[in-house]
Amino acid sequence: MKRLFPILSVVTAILLAYALYQALVIAPTDAQQGDVYRIIYYHVPSAWTAFLLFFINFIASVQYLANAKPSSRTAAKWIVLAIGIVGAIACFLPQVQQRLPAGMRPNAVATTVLAIPAFYFLIGKCFPGERLDVLAVTSAEVGVVFCTIVLVTGPIWARPVWGIWWAPGDIRLTSTLVLWLIYVSYLVLRRFSTSAQTQMLAAALAVFGALDVPLVYFSIWFFRTQHPQPVIGGGGSMDPRMLHVLLINWLAFLCFAFLVCWSRYRLELLHREVEEAHAMESLAGATARPSHPLNRSPQ
Amino acid sequence: MTYWSVTFATLKKDIRLEWRSKDALNSMLFFSLLVVVIFAFAFDPLAEESRHIAGGLIWVAFLFAAVVALNQTWARELRNQVLDAYRVSPAPANALFLAKALGNFIFVSVLEALMAPLFVVFYNLHVLGPAWQLIPIAILGTWALVVNGTFFAAMSLRTRSREIMLPLLLFPISIPAVLGMVAGTTAVLTGDNPAHFYIVLLLTYDVVFTTACLALFETVLHAE
Repeated sequence: MKRLFPILSVVTAILLAYALYQALVIAPTDAQQGDVYRIIYYHVPSAWTAFLLFFINFIASVQYLANAKPSSRTAAKWIVLAIGIVGAIACFLPQVQQRLPAGMRPNAVATTVLAIPAFYFLIGKCFPGERLDVLAVTSAEVGVVFCTIVLVTGPIWARPVWGIWWAPGDIRLTSTLVLWLIYVSYLVLRRFSTSAQTQMLAAALAVFGALDVPLVYFSIWFFRTQHPQPVIGGGGSMDPRMLHVLLINWLAFLCFAFLVCWSRYRLELLHREVEEAHAMESLAGATARPSHPLNRSPQ
Repeated sequence: MTYWSVTFATLKKDIRLEWRSKDALNSMLFFSLLVVVIFAFAFDPLAEESRHIAGGLIWVAFLFAAVVALNQTWARELRNQVLDAYRVSPAPANALFLAKALGNFIFVSVLEALMAPLFVVFYNLHVLGPAWQLIPIAILGTWALVVNGTFFAAMSLRTRSREIMLPLLLFPISIPAVLGMVAGTTAVLTGDNPAHFYIVLLLTYDVVFTTACLALFETVLHAE
């Protein structure tokens, strides 16, 4: 596995360079926005990557919480399975289809719903025990970085196109900002916690955050939204040549995110190993010496 | 000891403690009074303007004041290892949580009842929409603040500088609730648009997060 790392680094570097070339030179200029629009090739792939990482964090956190007890572990498995099956079928019922927001295709929603059990079981298989928590830290940290890129490139793009840096009532802007805030507080909790069970606390907070985001989304549902409709699975339309470049950029960003996550994951594992070794060492030292300080003979 | 007897015993104890010391209430009252006075000087609004901003001011004052009370909720139990005793006792953890949340709800409600007339006086408020809707907004909004606040106060118990930690955890999660309270109150005060949507939003928020808190509290309490 370790040998793959340099190979993947080289592949990612080449892919990023190729994606940059595609974005700046090959992609056609937008008819309305001119060259300004090219920031989309950084903005949108970062957003997708950030959301994917937060999703992974959520799944890992739920599973970590569920694994604490055998009964909840089994229950969680069945609940996740039920959500996937019922959700995917429900998307094709006419009553539900009518209620879907304009521009959301049922098969896109069904695929997203099916991704929940798929990710759940895949992550559970690949990351047993404490590794789930390591995955949660890694994905949250890297996700915050990508989300920051989204929040920085967004206003830079909005200023020339909309005339304003930030649209306060906008649904996607606000929910992304809230997501970012929640995950920053998640990282702050992890950093500041002195509990031996920080993982549990952090996992609980991640679940709260995941419950919060849909509520934020619906609370701003009322306002007219300024952000364009989603490009994939939504009503937005895009030139196929631009879409092609966008997907290449996303692939490059995903590879890059994977690379960063991988090294962060390994670092965190090593860090914990070192901590454990320290604990074992001090434990061994304590048993070797007389345990009670009062019993120590005067020197 | 059943679930409810544990809840009521703890609640009674908290109320008695608060009644004798009045620590949380006094500090909350003085804090929100300061906020009212400072904002009144800073903005010096006309009646029409104040109707638009008062919703935000009221809830910001209550939000910050509530943090003062919430921070003391569990810190009180750390003395003499009371919390450890709770942990080893067979009493259901949820009952303890519910009692603490109800206690905070009562304290913050008292604060709101005392402060609301002051807001009316300082900002020359008179309500243009259906005034009775302010009551469900206040009840649901206060519960939304204290239920998550009590939970996160327990969570931040085991952190360095825990007084700072609580708002850092609580505010991002509370954003939809705060939005519902502020926008709902403004809608009632100005009478421009109906506040039903915000009441439903607050109700949804309360149901979702009360369930989540009750489900996860035991994990947090035992995360030593």
